[in-house]
Amino acid sequence: MSPRQLTYMDAIRLALGDSLAADPRVFIYGQDIAGAFGGAFKATKGLAERFPGRVLNSPIAEDAMAAVAIGAALEGARPIIEFQFADFSSVAFNQIVNHAATYFWRTGRSVPAVFRLPGGGTPGGGPFHSQMPEAWLTHHPGLVVVAPSTVADAYFMLRDAVACPDPVVYIEHKGLYNHLKAEFDPPTTEHLGLGAAAVRRSGRDCTLISYSAMVHTCLEAADKLARDHHLDVEVIDLRCLRPLDTRTILESIARTSRVVMVTESWPFGGIAAEVLAVIATEAFQYLDAPPRRMCAEDTPIPYHPELYHAHHPDADRIVQTVLETVDF
Amino acid sequence: MIDRVDHFRWMVLARVLDERLAALYRQDHIRGGSVFSGKGQEAYSAAAALSLRRWTAEKPGDYFAPLIRDSAGRLAFGEPIIDAVRTYCGKRTGPMRCRDGNVHRGNLSQGQLPMISHLGASIGVVDGLLMARRHLGTLGDSVGIASVGDGAMQAGAAHEGINVAAVERLPLILLVADNQVSYSTFSDRSYACRSLIDRAVGYGLGAHTCDGTDFDACRITVETAVAAARAGRGPQMVLATLLRLAGHGEHDDNSYIGPELRARFGDCLPLAEARLTGEGIATAAFWETAKQQVAEAVTQALAESGPDVASEDWTARSQRNLTEFRA
Repeated sequence: MSPRQLTYMDAIRLALGDSLAADPRVFIYGQDIAGAFGGAFKATKGLAERFPGRVLNSPIAEDAMAAVAIGAALEGARPIIEFQFADFSSVAFNQIVNHAATYFWRTGRSVPAVFRLPGGGTPGGGPFHSQMPEAWLTHHPGLVVVAPSTVADAYFMLRDAVACPDPVVYIEHKGLYNHLKAEFDPPTTEHLGLGAAAVRRSGRDCTLISYSAMVHTCLEAADKLARDHHLDVEVIDLRCLRPLDTRTILESIARTSRVVMVTESWPFGGIAAEVLAVIATEAFQYLDAPPRRMCAEDTPIPYHPELYHAHHPDADRIVQTVLETVDF
Repeated sequence: MIDRVDHFRWMVLARVLDERLAALYRQDHIRGGSVFSGKGQEAYSAAAALSLRRWTAEKPGDYFAPLIRDSAGRLAFGEPIIDAVRTYCGKRTGPMRCRDGNVHRGNLSQGQLPMISHLGASIGVVDGLLMARRHLGTLGDSVGIASVGDGAMQAGAAHEGINVAAVERLPLILLVADNQVSYSTFSDRSYACRSLIDRAVGYGLGAHTCDGTDFDACRITVETAVAAARAGRGPQMVLATLLRLAGHGEHDDNSYIGPELRARFGDCLPLAEARLTGEGIATAAFWETAKQQVAEAVTQALAESGPDVASEDWTARSQRNLTEFRA
């Protein structure tokens, strides 16, 4: 049988169903996820019928949703919390960073809960339905924060997150949900460990580092650089933002000596700042040009699609920045 | 039914421990922060804990999420006296291993949750513990108590946690001690409803009230509420009205509590003692025993070691390396 064509969203739904089927301790709690509706993005469509009593609607109460996950995880269940939009996880910020993230350090008991955060921009989403919250959440010790970019990672990283004994923030990108498709056959597909970065494209002239949907923009830029400028650019997908797989990053810098980090998040105090700090500290001797970052404009996320596109890095601007780095 | 003399003895022990901890604060034996006394709230807090089933090595019991003023409840639910002293005095032998201190302590293997400072945050966690038991088929007739005060009741987290308990019809007992003041702010700047118990109707909780200075009333009321939750009648709210008889912490002289307020409220301990003595029950020995137990715990704890800074494990996750981690 040939592998199935799955979307990124299909992979998430499959991982949720397989997690429920594999482990009776798993349940899913979130807004509008049960019944025939199946969630704002249909991630749980059909699961409430397949797994009665294990896919539960919550009130509009993100703080309590996260608190329920903490209690349930401590009692031995494996809760998966769906936030309707990553933006709304700010309401649960206290429970995630002060309660879930501190438990292991304070008590020696970890909190195996998964928080699914539909993040990232889609044109027209506006300031409160487009955010990427990784900078706030990775800042706090005690959490695992992942951001899959591929169909296979959407599946495996969610399965791995459910198995992980520590609290995992799983940031899924809304722009990839129905847009990204791949042939995927979970039993035969090999996959990296939860905390490993992936080299998505090998190259020798410059390294592009990104995660989540921006990996695809970087790959598009790398293709343009090869076609139009005969440059061989490496693309690294961080996959896991906390902890960082610094080894894969540093090995790449040793090969290319040049780096541009790309995110659709804000620049100040973000993942790009952290990664560039690691590179400046650990790989200074390999660098032939200043490490650069490309992030979103430093404003709230605009509503109008034209402003939105201008707000985010795109392939052409990534190409330009790589050229400047290579020509330094 | 809780034995009322036993109830009183836990109240005495908590009062003696709190006063000794306050003395240790003045003697500079406390490492970091302050000492937070449950003075004036012993009757209510101990009654709550004694309504619960303790954990044993063989069988998990109920859950208790104490808050700042629950020194009596903590002890009555099984916290060793020495664990309180170790935590306050910064001993690595304490349950929080010097990583957290004073009232932010607990022991999950005894069903006591370690509070965080953010008020109202524990209610939803108790919801989750009970939802998990229901999900895993282990709920039986177990219950959980989340203890809060008039201060925590105003936090958004409290609203969300209480509402979820009601929606899920969980066997949660919301223990509210209205002690008239949150740090230094009086109730008229905290809430505008006639009484916090009115909120029980709004949320769909069973409603119970008692005079928090009357140990018999506390015991009977909390037992009734816990029994209702055990019997599957959904979450219950108990409101006790009383007065905080110490500062927010020992650093706070409590001078903002005026004479009018002090005159309105008695102290649950002498009130209980007078009632028992009037019935011919001798109480002096309870104080002597408590003082001896606390003195022994303090002597032992002070002789123990503080943190070993050089060997501290600075790892905040249970999984140190995730690059090879797979389901």
